[in-house]
Amino acid sequence: MRLANIVHLGIKELRGLGRNTMLLVLVLYAFSLSIYMGSKAMPETLNRAPIAIVDEDQSALSARITNAFYLPYFMPPRLISQPEMDLRMDAGLDTFALDIPPGFQRDLLAGRSPTIQLNVDATRMSQAFSGGGYVQSIVSGEVEEFLARHRTAGRLPVELDLRARFNPELDEAWFGAINELIEAITMLAVILTGAALIREREHGTVEHLLVMPVTAFEIMAGKIWSMGAVVLAATAFSLFVVVETLLAVPIEGSRALFMLGAGLDILAMTCLGLFLATVAGSMPQFALLTMMVLMPLQLLSGGVTPRENMPEIIQAIMSAAPNTHFVILSQAVLFRGAGLAVVWPQLAALAVISATLFAFSLSRFRQFLR
Amino acid sequence: MNAGAAAAHPVARLDSVSLSHGKTRALDAVTLDIPSGCMVGLIGPDGVGKSSLLSLIAGSRRIQTGRVEVLGGDMADPAHRRGAYPRIAYMPQGLGRNLYPTLSVFDNVDFFGRLFGQGKGEREQRIRGLLDATGLAPFAGRPAAKLSGGMKQKLGLCCALIHDPDLLILDEPTTGIDPLARRQFWQLIERIRESRDGMSVVVATAYMEEAARFDRLVAMDGGQVLACGTAAELLERTGTTDLDAAFIALLPAARREGYRKVVIPPRPADTGGEAAIEADHLTRRFGDFTAVDDVSFRIARGEIFGFIGSNGCGKTTTMKMLTGLLDASEGRALLFGREVDPQDVGVRRRVGYMSQGFSLYSELTVRQNLQLHARLFGLAPGRIAARVDEVAAQFGLTGIMDALPDALPLGNRQRLSLAVAMIHAPNVLILDEPTSGVDPIARDGFWTILVDLSRRLNVTVFVSTHFMNEAERCDRIALMHAGRVLVCDTPAAIVASRGAPTLEAAFVGHLEDAANDGPVAEMAPEPLGAGPGPATGGSRRFFDIRRLYAYTRREALELLRDPIRATLATVGSLILMFVVGYGINMDVENLTFAVLDHDDTTISRDYALQLSGSRFFTEKPPLAGYADMDRRMESGEIALALEIPPGFARDLSRGRETAVGAWIDGAMPSRAETVRGYVEGMHATWLAQKARERYGAGATQGDFRLEVRYRYNPDVRSLDAMAPAVIPMLLLMIPSMLAVLSVVREKELGSIVNFYVTPVTRLEFLLGKQLPYVGIAMVNFLLLTGFAVSVFRVPLTGSLATLTAAAFLYVTVATAMGLFLSTFMRSQIAAIFGTVMLTMIPAAQYSGMIDPVSSLQGVGVFIGRIYPATHFMTISRGVFSKGLGFDDLSRAFLPLLAAIPVLLGLGAAFLRKQDR
Repeated sequence: MRLANIVHLGIKELRGLGRNTMLLVLVLYAFSLSIYMGSKAMPETLNRAPIAIVDEDQSALSARITNAFYLPYFMPPRLISQPEMDLRMDAGLDTFALDIPPGFQRDLLAGRSPTIQLNVDATRMSQAFSGGGYVQSIVSGEVEEFLARHRTAGRLPVELDLRARFNPELDEAWFGAINELIEAITMLAVILTGAALIREREHGTVEHLLVMPVTAFEIMAGKIWSMGAVVLAATAFSLFVVVETLLAVPIEGSRALFMLGAGLDILAMTCLGLFLATVAGSMPQFALLTMMVLMPLQLLSGGVTPRENMPEIIQAIMSAAPNTHFVILSQAVLFRGAGLAVVWPQLAALAVISATLFAFSLSRFRQFLR
Repeated sequence: MNAGAAAAHPVARLDSVSLSHGKTRALDAVTLDIPSGCMVGLIGPDGVGKSSLLSLIAGSRRIQTGRVEVLGGDMADPAHRRGAYPRIAYMPQGLGRNLYPTLSVFDNVDFFGRLFGQGKGEREQRIRGLLDATGLAPFAGRPAAKLSGGMKQKLGLCCALIHDPDLLILDEPTTGIDPLARRQFWQLIERIRESRDGMSVVVATAYMEEAARFDRLVAMDGGQVLACGTAAELLERTGTTDLDAAFIALLPAARREGYRKVVIPPRPADTGGEAAIEADHLTRRFGDFTAVDDVSFRIARGEIFGFIGSNGCGKTTTMKMLTGLLDASEGRALLFGREVDPQDVGVRRRVGYMSQGFSLYSELTVRQNLQLHARLFGLAPGRIAARVDEVAAQFGLTGIMDALPDALPLGNRQRLSLAVAMIHAPNVLILDEPTSGVDPIARDGFWTILVDLSRRLNVTVFVSTHFMNEAERCDRIALMHAGRVLVCDTPAAIVASRGAPTLEAAFVGHLEDAANDGPVAEMAPEPLGAGPGPATGGSRRFFDIRRLYAYTRREALELLRDPIRATLATVGSLILMFVVGYGINMDVENLTFAVLDHDDTTISRDYALQLSGSRFFTEKPPLAGYADMDRRMESGEIALALEIPPGFARDLSRGRETAVGAWIDGAMPSRAETVRGYVEGMHATWLAQKARERYGAGATQGDFRLEVRYRYNPDVRSLDAMAPAVIPMLLLMIPSMLAVLSVVREKELGSIVNFYVTPVTRLEFLLGKQLPYVGIAMVNFLLLTGFAVSVFRVPLTGSLATLTAAAFLYVTVATAMGLFLSTFMRSQIAAIFGTVMLTMIPAAQYSGMIDPVSSLQGVGVFIGRIYPATHFMTISRGVFSKGLGFDDLSRAFLPLLAAIPVLLGLGAAFLRKQDR
């Protein structure tokens, strides 16, 4: 009986969703085109970085260095004069500007330790921070090779054998695609359930449910399973069709395990959506609240920047967010091929968060119905 | 009555007009002349096309086929419509549907005055006159949502009359209003007509006794006109004595067949026993307002108990307490002798409740609504189909089982609501104004069912109504006023004790008595004084700043009345900036690594120390072997694994080739790149150091220094880079969301009709809505910038004036984007989801926040180039970090400037000025 109520209330939600064509189009877009585009547009960490070189040395070595920057990592370097350098950086045309001083080659060979100056536009976030090291190692490499012909003293024959595991080419698209998918899941799960509840209230149908023999638990569970199922189905579609087939991202681990994690994450997110709906008085208020919750969830879950860089306090707060654990789980399962033995703590955390959010929003929901 | 003369100059003329909503045909080739200067009533059951006809005449709906001429011109012609809007006033169906609930009475009327471009002096004089005449003056400051139904309708009338229309169109203006308020309403209309000679009034009504007063009547059925003429003519033609009967006689035979007069068999002598429903000194307070004050009554099983009283007198509250929807402040509510317990699900199965605003799922069809309720009430699955069909037949829903409730006329929806309330065959029915707005035939049908339920099945019926002929059918009635029951007896006894000719007179008498000694309910209306000369009907200009300002002001007032929204929009963005600015850190630190040291010598340990000693790396316990490495990398515990080969120290000292292995976790590519850079750098440093130790100064040959200057942010503070990038994101998301919802909300809740039928143009509407949100966004901008500089200590090195000017353009673009999006959305859910999708994602990914646009690929580049956030991001960073001014950044201003007219133009092009 009770289970039947939950089923029927859920089917009602699905029918309602089915009639909102615009919403369906948006859902489809979020889980296909948006992910595809997002993944294709994401550059490699260092992709086509604009660089300019002020070559005051005009030596063989400086020419060699200039030629070492090429696509796809760097745009072909522009050779500019020193005054131009400041203007171009101000206008944001170059991220890097390398200034090779006069007499660089001569001083180098004479052991006078000359200095090359690398100007980095630090407002350029990721490129600035990761590209600096890159430029440095390219210049060192060129200098090294140049010196190999002139060297008088020996050097140490230790190679560094660097390999990236799980994503050997460091293809940003893989990561981007999964990240986009997680974002879409979060957004949809929160908005669908929350807005559905506000809508019922604005149209006066919640009150009607209350004179029927259904409980708050059943109403909530009905919304959660139905909207959760929609999001889960969209996730499966996106993972198999868009991510695996169209974007050809190799998936290492168990898809079932990922879907299990996704299910738990969706459960938590739908509960969060209901909770927000009980807090908000009207649709505009709900919309603003949703933004205030979605943006930190998106930016601080570890999907955009690594979690370990965040201040301790943020890390602590975000460990209460389902997203954080889901991001860890998806990276581990999809890219590193991790199994249950590795990701069970994340699953457990998701389960605990879901249960807490559910209990919390149920009590809020009961008060809200009063 | 000069029908002949008036017919010569019809105010509206319809020629074979047809209208369909989807598959439903609302009007079927209607040809009709509506004479000017008199009062014309449209009568007929629900769903025969009365409302559609009125909305076509008002110009609120697009004409599909046929020709509609109003005030001497073709309503299909936009130029004529523009000229006609100031001469027409339209009050749509539904209590206060075109009013703004959070605005005060005065502000509502004021808004309409502004829409018609009236100046301050004229407006105030007119509003005062109207409010005095309608008796609303004492309530001028009260929000419209807190008015009773009758007062809402009077307010609607004030709003309609503010511009002295030549044609007044009223769609069921008195539906759901008590008799006293109704009487006052028509007196008001009478006085207005006396003072405004030549005004034409077209009214749709379900009350036949009202219709008898009109100059001419148009009887409609099935989208067609049955008959036209004066009331007397119709009576004469049909040979009947009252209009109800006349109308029924006019119906085609097939429709007439189902009609039976309501006959009420006497109730069997009271069987005694416990009461079905009992209210025992019920009191309910909301704050310091007492909605229900010490109400007691008993309703026996099988009795039909009527509840009558003015709007807002506490009927609904009492009913809600009896169903357990509301707790009583004092007293007890009993059903079958048991106290109503909201937690007791079992008792709900015995009660059927129908609330005033119907609570049907508009997204489910009639059949699906019935099935859902049958299932929720726990009917046996096998019986559901049969029960649904049975109820459908009983309530005349069989033909419309697959229609959506919103597409159905009011009467059908009411029947569906009752069917839903009855689906589980309850013993008690609690019906809150079930027949308001329902036509006479449908009402009689409805009552036939009620009587049958009561007499045959002994179902107890507790019903509230505004119709006196319905009240007369009840076994007993209670008359309620201001939270108290004034009298409770059989209808005949009430009439007799009052010595009044009719129940209505008795009722009005009781109310007037109560009003005299109670708190002043409504002021005695003053005569409508002559207006202050001819009203300004609004210019015909394409653009009038006053109309624009009307929307701006209203939107701003609504924002002020909803402090939570305004607070969320401003303080919320501060919190967001704090969280994001503080949380995002591009500087990769605390990278975890572990070493698999096969060599385990001083040299190999020295190599590892190089890493663990740096601030970038944190060392984890050494690796036990390859399996351990796999496991710990899979779980993400370590981001880097180093493998030092056996004999590393020996090979090094002998100058033999050897290699250190480094595995980086590539799951997060940007982090992996950073790790790679660090490791390579440290490897090189270590080698150089060893070389110096070994070969001495000779090794310094080839030594050079690379000096890295992080410009604009020399300390490489993430926050300094982040804050100027977060501001553009926040200033895009929140203003555009507010702008989208401001329009979509009007569409969903119905007040968009004011835009359809007033002279306000599309551009005025959009710009008017936009301004307050631009204002809020600018406040937001100043807050965010102030916060960044004072709390985050982000240096602002450039020209603040430039940044402010750019921000102004940018938020104008953001709100224009929202308005443009709103033209495609009908539901608020889709609007929220769509706006989040189309602002948050592009702003975060394609606008150069993290990766510069020049480095994006494919479509990303295109989006990045045209997306406004990109350009404002350039300006924001330029001013904050690079110390730039307008001259340096002027190039980024151009796209923003260009986007405003493009977006607003598109918005205006796609916005509909009429309903489809």
